[in-house]
Amino acid sequence: MVHARKGKPPRVGDNIVFRRSLLGIVLVLVALMIVAPLVVIAVEAFSRGAVYFAESIADPDTRHAILLTVITALIAVPINTAFGVAAAWAITKHDFRGKRLLTVIIELPFSVSPIVAGVAYLFVYGLQGLFGPVLQSMEIKILFALPGIVLASMFVTAPFVARELIPLMQAQGRDLEEAATSLGASGWRTFFSVTLPNIKWALLYGVVLCNSRVMGEFGAVSVVSGNIRGQTNTLPLHIELLYHDYNAAGSFAAASILACLAIVTLVVKVALERQGAGRVQRPAALAGADSIIPETKP
Amino acid sequence: MKRLLLLGAALLGLAAPFSAHAADKLLNASYDVARELFAAENEAFVKAHPGVTIDQSHAGTSKQARAIVEGLEADVVTFNQVTDIDFLVKNGFVAEGWQEKFPNAASPFYSFPSFLVRAGNPKNIKDWSDLARDDVKVIFPNPKTSGNARYTYLAATAYAKEAFNNDPAKVEAFVTKIFDNVPVFDTGGRAATTTFVEREIGDVIITFEAETKSIAKQYGEDKFEGVVPSVSLLAEFPVAIVDKVADAKGSRELAKSYLDFLYAPEGQKIAAEFGHRVHDEKVAAEFKDQFPEIRLVNVDDVFGGWKKISEEHFAEGGTLDKIYGSR
Repeated sequence: MVHARKGKPPRVGDNIVFRRSLLGIVLVLVALMIVAPLVVIAVEAFSRGAVYFAESIADPDTRHAILLTVITALIAVPINTAFGVAAAWAITKHDFRGKRLLTVIIELPFSVSPIVAGVAYLFVYGLQGLFGPVLQSMEIKILFALPGIVLASMFVTAPFVARELIPLMQAQGRDLEEAATSLGASGWRTFFSVTLPNIKWALLYGVVLCNSRVMGEFGAVSVVSGNIRGQTNTLPLHIELLYHDYNAAGSFAAASILACLAIVTLVVKVALERQGAGRVQRPAALAGADSIIPETKP
Repeated sequence: MKRLLLLGAALLGLAAPFSAHAADKLLNASYDVARELFAAENEAFVKAHPGVTIDQSHAGTSKQARAIVEGLEADVVTFNQVTDIDFLVKNGFVAEGWQEKFPNAASPFYSFPSFLVRAGNPKNIKDWSDLARDDVKVIFPNPKTSGNARYTYLAATAYAKEAFNNDPAKVEAFVTKIFDNVPVFDTGGRAATTTFVEREIGDVIITFEAETKSIAKQYGEDKFEGVVPSVSLLAEFPVAIVDKVADAKGSRELAKSYLDFLYAPEGQKIAAEFGHRVHDEKVAAEFKDQFPEIRLVNVDDVFGGWKKISEEHFAEGGTLDKIYGSR
């Protein structure tokens, strides 16, 4: 701070030219990298007219792809949410041997390429794989059917919820839970009345991220889906298929639906946030811990 | 909680039909750019065989072959690479001698690497020799990653072998010259099309004739024109019954009649409408105007079969590596 003026250290934002150019760069990047592609999807989707768009969406294979993607999300997201909360709870509120190992394992899917995950599932559940012959003799189909798609999606998105919760729950510490327990609250009650209210926004954010990723997952699902159209083609796979078929308008129409699903998720999140904003403190009061809110922690 | 469980049960119920078996149902595992073609073929077949369902799976055929070996229950395969059916033979899913079970080496229709140039053919590109000219930029994907481009590489080599009387040095120099004229090697056929059509790079794109027709159809017939070279390499679209699956499901009869249908006049006509050349003489005559004469050579005669090709040309350190690496 050699050039400090009158005890006031200079800050980055002081220089208006610098500030504006920084803002300009960000805006240009956002326009080029996010807005432009989204606009192109919309424009291309309607490039052959609204009627063709409607026909593309009404195509039974496209409709099925949408349904399959939604079903996959409906199964994978709740399971991963439960898993993520349980894992974060265990890691941040309890001490046990192998805790660090568990943390690493939970984060593993982040560092593994989805395509590798898909191939790994082939080696485990495929006919030539570990459990393949057993599964076949019991007539259980996992690969190239819904269970395989759900499993692959779950693998890829397993860390999302836990990853959002762990830093927050670590920062919040265990005092509240310990207080609740010492006052005689059961485990479940402690969780629902004390922990959950404190983590719900992070949880919601994790769920939204998890959901968008499940719906958009391509690599891992591509390996285990079998690409049977009208049966195991999820929306992202279907988009690629249409694109390869030189059906650009149909492919962009399907892509716009996928984008819409993502937007719906975001809207739901915002709506929930709005609704919950007014009642943020009430659950904490229920636990008899009126004044204790997260920021009291150092 | 109870409602959640009910929902879960209902969703699991949805999974059940995926594992149902029935002999009035076929799964056709096919290559990646054949969706529209088989949508039309299947519709016609189902019309002739009411009550039958044909399911379609599309992906790169190497991936399809791998999926079948890992449990994708396809009754029939309609591929664009002979070697991928051989992979199924090696793993015991298709019986040996599959190429004798259906006419024309089990290939109901065929195509070959052909040219698509910009409207009016401004660079006057007529044959493979023009691709080696200094002023011509050529587009095709990377033969290391694209089966389509391997055909292009082999067709150019086949032309050069004839033109230079099998002189290996001259053949290699010629093919190298063509490779030098390629400004970008995309990973797949679809990406190469984007380079040629949307980025407007290159004077000519080389891909299967059927594909050149779909590109022109999609992006404007007035913007491009097809050019058929003097000679090219026969590209087969082999079909087979996946014996292991068909026997387990009891679907052999239906599978056979489905593949036979692809050879019948109606099936052949649909293939021709999608830009494939067909063997049925009547149908071929009907579409004569759309398919200029061409002399086709085949892999066995020119190169001594696929096995030899993969050893000499596509193996690590093979001819392709030498040519591709020299750039």
